[in-house]
Amino acid sequence: MSAELITSLTVFVLAAFLGFELIRRVPTLLHTPLMSGTNAISGIVIVGAILVGGAAGATTLEGAVSFVAIVLATINVVGGFLVTDRMLGMFRRRRSENE
Amino acid sequence: MISSPSVVVLLYLVTIVCFVLALRFLSSPKHARKGNWVGGAGMLVAIGTTLALEGIGNWGLIAGGIAIGSVAGVVGARTVRMTAMPQMVAIFNGVGGGAAALIALSEWHEIVEPAAEETTSIVVSALIGSISFAGSVVAFAKLQELVSGRPIVFPGQNVVNMLVLLAAVALGVAAIAGAHEQWVLWAIVGLALLFGVLFVLPIGGADMPVVISLLNALTGLAASATGFVLDSTVLIVSGMLVGAAGTLLTLLMAKAMNRSVANVLFGAFGQVQAGTGAARGDDGRTVRATSPEDVAVQLTFARKVIVAPGYGMAVAQAQHDVRQLADLLEEKGVDVKYAIHPVAGRMPGHMNVLLAEANVPYTQLAEMDQINPEFPQADVVLVIGANDVTNPAARSDPASPIYGMPILDVDKAASIVVMKRSMNPGFAGIDNELYLDPKTTMLFGDAKDSVLKLIAAVKAV
Repeated sequence: MSAELITSLTVFVLAAFLGFELIRRVPTLLHTPLMSGTNAISGIVIVGAILVGGAAGATTLEGAVSFVAIVLATINVVGGFLVTDRMLGMFRRRRSENE
Repeated sequence: MISSPSVVVLLYLVTIVCFVLALRFLSSPKHARKGNWVGGAGMLVAIGTTLALEGIGNWGLIAGGIAIGSVAGVVGARTVRMTAMPQMVAIFNGVGGGAAALIALSEWHEIVEPAAEETTSIVVSALIGSISFAGSVVAFAKLQELVSGRPIVFPGQNVVNMLVLLAAVALGVAAIAGAHEQWVLWAIVGLALLFGVLFVLPIGGADMPVVISLLNALTGLAASATGFVLDSTVLIVSGMLVGAAGTLLTLLMAKAMNRSVANVLFGAFGQVQAGTGAARGDDGRTVRATSPEDVAVQLTFARKVIVAPGYGMAVAQAQHDVRQLADLLEEKGVDVKYAIHPVAGRMPGHMNVLLAEANVPYTQLAEMDQINPEFPQADVVLVIGANDVTNPAARSDPASPIYGMPILDVDKAASIVVMKRSMNPGFAGIDNELYLDPKTTMLFGDAKDSVLKLIAAVKAV
């Protein structure tokens, strides 16, 4: 195994533990926004799509495939953050704040 | 243009920190919205950094893709109804997984000299991404009722599913061992897509919370695998954070339904016996029907009322009327709370969002463990469109299919009013002991109708 892979695996495993600790604290009240918010975060694959499609030597097929990937990942990012914001805006402490 | 590699790494680290903070802020509804924007800012940093990397070009392609995706994202996020959030999340799961699989395919074409490490990451990311994409499409179709929400089953299904998955994995192993023909990865993607369809088809509507959570986890893991392909720490970490969230929610949902994840995915469907729907219990006890006027009197003179809503309330679009009824009662000095079962709805936390949208303050929304000790002090419990999650047989009858499932202890209240369309049994197809309890009265009719009548009657008291 290469040194890079070992570093990546270490990061991967630590991120798993960090993730569990973070998510455990999220109340069930907010589990739906949690899901749409994590949807937005998984849109981070847009970085990968740009790296692949934006490379100078990209072939037509690579270009086409990564174009679709960019569209899909952007839907995740934009839609995910916006719908989460819309939902979180509905959670209010008192009735009077919004009427 | 950023040319220093360490600056790039540091900027991506900023993104990771933003994502972690976003999830951290989600631990309270007070800061959650702010946290979401911190996460969004982190995403902008990541995208900006990537665009500024040396050697990135093809601007037309990138700008076009982002523009189309943004329009679709904005329109979707603005227009989606809160009852349709499960479908929306299913689509989001799917597109994330699909993007990961596409990147894997593209990378597969690029490799000249395949090394086992790189091919492994590519195969894993193509496999998981495709399963998540196809599974999510089917989940969406079921939730949107484009196909039947009922389990679709055929003999030998589990065997067929396993064979398809095994074939995909076997091809994956071959690819890692050196079979680097173009068609190999396409075949893996094809088989994984097929498996994704097959594994969601037999899962029924009531089990959707588990499936959506699982697909969420898969999407995150696919993104993480893409990080291994591209040697990108920010992808590895972000994907795993999502993977952890999805995994935890999957386990929570399965626990709330008293089933193992394996049982939900491969369990015996269609084998639950249909209830008789009889209004008469075996031992001669019968249900008692009541009128809106009687319930209104009960409610008005109560000190503490707990509402136990189920998905039936959302189907009837009655949540706004329920909130109005609660407001009326509060004006009369009644303490009103909502008891939310973890699987009340079609996805984790769904009922909370539906009630929040109807302007119910979140301080009134109580989760199961928090509200259960309060039922003995409640004068009236209003059960609206909920069934199995209130069935005391889950506590007392080891022969019941739902025995052991955590339930709302509504039967411990002084009196219970069940609003129900008819005596048909719930999802699990079993009779509810609660309806035969001498403390229980039934208010038959459409949930929205009944609540409107209750509002009128309470005003008249």
